[in-house]
Amino acid sequence: MTRNLIVIGAGMASGRMLEHLFETQPGAWNVTLFNAEPRGNYNRLMLSPVLSGDKTYAEIVTHDADWYKAHDVTCRFGEKVLRIDRDAQVVVGENGVVPYDRLVIATGSNPFMIPLPGHDLDGVIPYRDLDDTQTMMALGVRPGARAIVIGGGLLGLEAAAGMKAQGVDVTVIHVMGHLMERQLDEAAGYLLKNALEAKGITVLTGANSTEILGRDGRVCGLLLDDGSEIACDLLVMAVGIRPNVTLAKASGLAVGRGIHVDNAMVTSDAHVLALGECVEHQGAVFGLVAPLYDQAKVAADTLAGKPATFAPKEVATKLKVTGCNLFSAGDFAEGDGREDIVFRDPARGVYKRLVLEGPRLIGAVMYGDTADGAWFHGLIKDHSDVSDMRDTLIFGPTFQGGAPSDPLAAVAALPGDAEICGCNGICKSTIVDAINGGATTLSDVRAQTKASASCGTCTGLVEQVMALTLGDGFEVQTVKPMCPCTPLTHMDVRRLIKSRALKSMAAVMQECGWTTSCGCASCRPALNYYLLCDWPGEYQDDDQSRFVNERMHSNIQKDGTYSVVPRMWGGITTPDELRAIADAADKYAVQTVKVTGGQRIDLLGVKKQDLPDIWADLNAAGMVSGQAYAKGLRTVKTCVGTDHCRFGTQDSTGLGIRMEKALWGSWTPAKVKMAVSGCPRNCAESTCKDVGVICVDSGYVLHIGGAAGLHIQGTEVMCTVKTEDEVLEYTAAVVQLYREEAAYLERMYKWMDNVGLDHIVERVVTDADSRRALADRFHHAQTFMQQDPWAERTKASYRALYAPLADLTLEAAE
Amino acid sequence: MTDWTDIGALTDIPERGARVVKTHLGCVAVFRTADDEVFAIDDACPHKGGPLSEGIVHGRSVTCPLHNMVLRLDSGVAQGADEGAVNTYPVRVEGGRIMLDTARLRRGQVA
Ligand SMILES: Cc1cc2nc3c(=O)[nH]c(=O)nc-3n(C[C@H](O)[C@H](O)[C@H](O)COP(=O)(O)OP(=O)(O)OC[C@H]3O[C@@H](n4cnc5c(N)ncnc54)[C@H](O)[C@@H]3O)c2cc1C
Ligand code: SF4
Ligand code: FES
Repeated sequence: MTRNLIVIGAGMASGRMLEHLFETQPGAWNVTLFNAEPRGNYNRLMLSPVLSGDKTYAEIVTHDADWYKAHDVTCRFGEKVLRIDRDAQVVVGENGVVPYDRLVIATGSNPFMIPLPGHDLDGVIPYRDLDDTQTMMALGVRPGARAIVIGGGLLGLEAAAGMKAQGVDVTVIHVMGHLMERQLDEAAGYLLKNALEAKGITVLTGANSTEILGRDGRVCGLLLDDGSEIACDLLVMAVGIRPNVTLAKASGLAVGRGIHVDNAMVTSDAHVLALGECVEHQGAVFGLVAPLYDQAKVAADTLAGKPATFAPKEVATKLKVTGCNLFSAGDFAEGDGREDIVFRDPARGVYKRLVLEGPRLIGAVMYGDTADGAWFHGLIKDHSDVSDMRDTLIFGPTFQGGAPSDPLAAVAALPGDAEICGCNGICKSTIVDAINGGATTLSDVRAQTKASASCGTCTGLVEQVMALTLGDGFEVQTVKPMCPCTPLTHMDVRRLIKSRALKSMAAVMQECGWTTSCGCASCRPALNYYLLCDWPGEYQDDDQSRFVNERMHSNIQKDGTYSVVPRMWGGITTPDELRAIADAADKYAVQTVKVTGGQRIDLLGVKKQDLPDIWADLNAAGMVSGQAYAKGLRTVKTCVGTDHCRFGTQDSTGLGIRMEKALWGSWTPAKVKMAVSGCPRNCAESTCKDVGVICVDSGYVLHIGGAAGLHIQGTEVMCTVKTEDEVLEYTAAVVQLYREEAAYLERMYKWMDNVGLDHIVERVVTDADSRRALADRFHHAQTFMQQDPWAERTKASYRALYAPLADLTLEAAE
Repeated sequence: MTDWTDIGALTDIPERGARVVKTHLGCVAVFRTADDEVFAIDDACPHKGGPLSEGIVHGRSVTCPLHNMVLRLDSGVAQGADEGAVNTYPVRVEGGRIMLDTARLRRGQVA
């Protein structure tokens, strides 16, 4: 006896189930197939090749009219099921009622549309079916058409690449810091972004949309939360999917995130099965087709009365965009007992990361070369023991024996026109030519090319080029690498950041061949500083890569409280400021009020959650952060000079205030302290500061490189100048030179020891063009840096970070 | 016995950052890694009690802000040459919300 089977949804999951069913039980079922889309089952995955013009719709149809006819399927395409009446065992479609013995729900999922203002405008579409695809293709016909894709995941990027192939100008807006963050780590996300940008697609990561803009009911652009506007003719939202459970829920079936099914794909009603993206199985929902095919087999068996069990497997992801080869499978988070194997080939743009747990491979992320993806995926799925091949595992199945990774690889990968010596503008090929022309020692190379003959910070790189060119004939001096993540030194990395225009942390780690996936507590703060210094306005400061004091904008004390120090320009304060400080000290029960050596007042013992409030109070009284925690300008100490002192030769206080106002806010490799004394009696102790000024009758003597901490060192005289304006220009220039050349955490005197006073005098004093250029770069950077961190952090969006996430002590005792 | 408590949204914690939960037994630091994993450990370093929630997070480890001891977030154990460990607490993310097992953190639950 044939029984009635109704299937709701003619998608990929149900299509596969029907194939199994007709194979194992031909003629056993009288099948009615509803589909809301006005067509039968096609290969949804292949919509992207249709969009890019590589395939036609006809080529991706899985089941055509003949197939449905051959299997006697009653097709009700273009008809939505409105209701399921489980008591009566009938399904109510738009065109009438049909009874069932068994029902299969395979309604797939709904694209999630962010309810931004304007999301219901014409021209705002998801990417789910053929109609969406055709809307996007139609746009390509219009010359100069522009589209925005919100969402940098699999679907969004395929939509973007497809439209780009149709000639549309495409911008991708992604809220997270890197693309496809669910499948890729930061390093692979960086390579992917590069590849898409090379195709001409604009990619904005870390971008938040606030409103979709419309004109006459149609989309015309997008407003971001930084106030910028992007124009478009079409906006595609691809930010995720939600299981389509509407019908099941209304009919009273058990539903969580998806329709609950057991291992046999049966819902809470024994007569109703469900499969595909609409189901939830043991807490998991699905978004890729591989597990759905397994479900289809199980559902067909269940209908045939055969016992079968669905067991989810690891799924792998590939992106179907030409030129972007990526692969991701399994679990690639780091973990206890887990080991990372990372391989990078900067020259070929390859990144591979394997994650091992004990003897097994549990995850893999690859970019650029994914040929071995299937093999790794197999090892993950089968839980194979890989201990025997661990050392060469990353080289794939064909590799036998292997060389350990080469510390010179990053330098070997540099193109000939990569600049090695920045002072003299010498590129790699010039050095190689000199060596091939007979230079065998560092001094030969220096003499012939001038490479590393000035500040010397590129010496490490020059030596590596020599080692590569001369082979065993050259011994590289052993230099201390920046941290265990890389064989390169601080100076090597700084040089490469400039010469290769590396503008993000992920870019540095990839192009310099980092051996870890996201660095460590030593290299992250250093890289954050280098990038911030070298790419002002382009690189986004990363709070999470800063040490606590800079992240909290306060000094942490040993008991976990913080200290608050307002700026007192040049050490000058007013009765009003003092009153405001006293009030704040009372209000927030400050433990200790201390006058510091830098001529200001320190409020010690402030609780973390009070910080935004005390800052707001001090801000209101006109004070800003003294940045007493920063690797940046701390104080400019002054004496009273001509204002009050009988020995004063110049207005030392006024000059100190001008200097502090010009220099505050800048990040430097280590802290910078300054002082201005009104005469050589030196009451402001200028000769032990990083930059000290001593006023004389004829002008100002500029001192640099002093220190009075663990190490005590007197300053050296850099030069004497005549006017206050010159003091400011020379100071900005020397600070900028220090910012550009020193290693992170290296104080100015240390840097001066390394590069020599002569080099500094040459760049800042003798060469006026160089001085002006340095000062200009400094002031350009300052336009981004001079923002009071207190004022920013008292805004609501930041405040929360200073409060506990939750307070369990407030709950009533049980 | 477990007692899963909703303590906030995943997005309330910055990526590669931490926030604290106050309890009768002291603060617990809840971390979010670059891969969006979440871990909960005592917010007091075994060395001299440094607030681990303020450290730099890298991979599944945190470096203490006071003297740079590195602790694993998943096991609470100190890495490298250092010795010591902190308590870890079961925590998971469900539909974007962070659920902390507070069974061991309630008043009167001190064993
Ligand atoms: C552009 C694109 C690219 C993709 N690429 C990949 C990839 O590379 N790899 C991968 O693994 N996965 C990919 N996917 C995901 C994959 O396509 C889905 O996992 C799969 O199609 C889900 O199958 P399904 O049968 O559950 O749902 P669907 O295939 O969506 O079918 C559900 C059907 O039910 C119909 N329906 C819904 N409600 C009703 C109702 N009330 N009445 C009647 N009919 C109804 C819908 O119209 C729809 O036709 C991609 C998806 C898209 C959109
Ligand atoms: S440094 Fe000279 S001008 Fe300044 S207070 Fe001392 S004596 Fe007076
Ligand atoms: S308190 Fe953590 S390392 Fe010292």
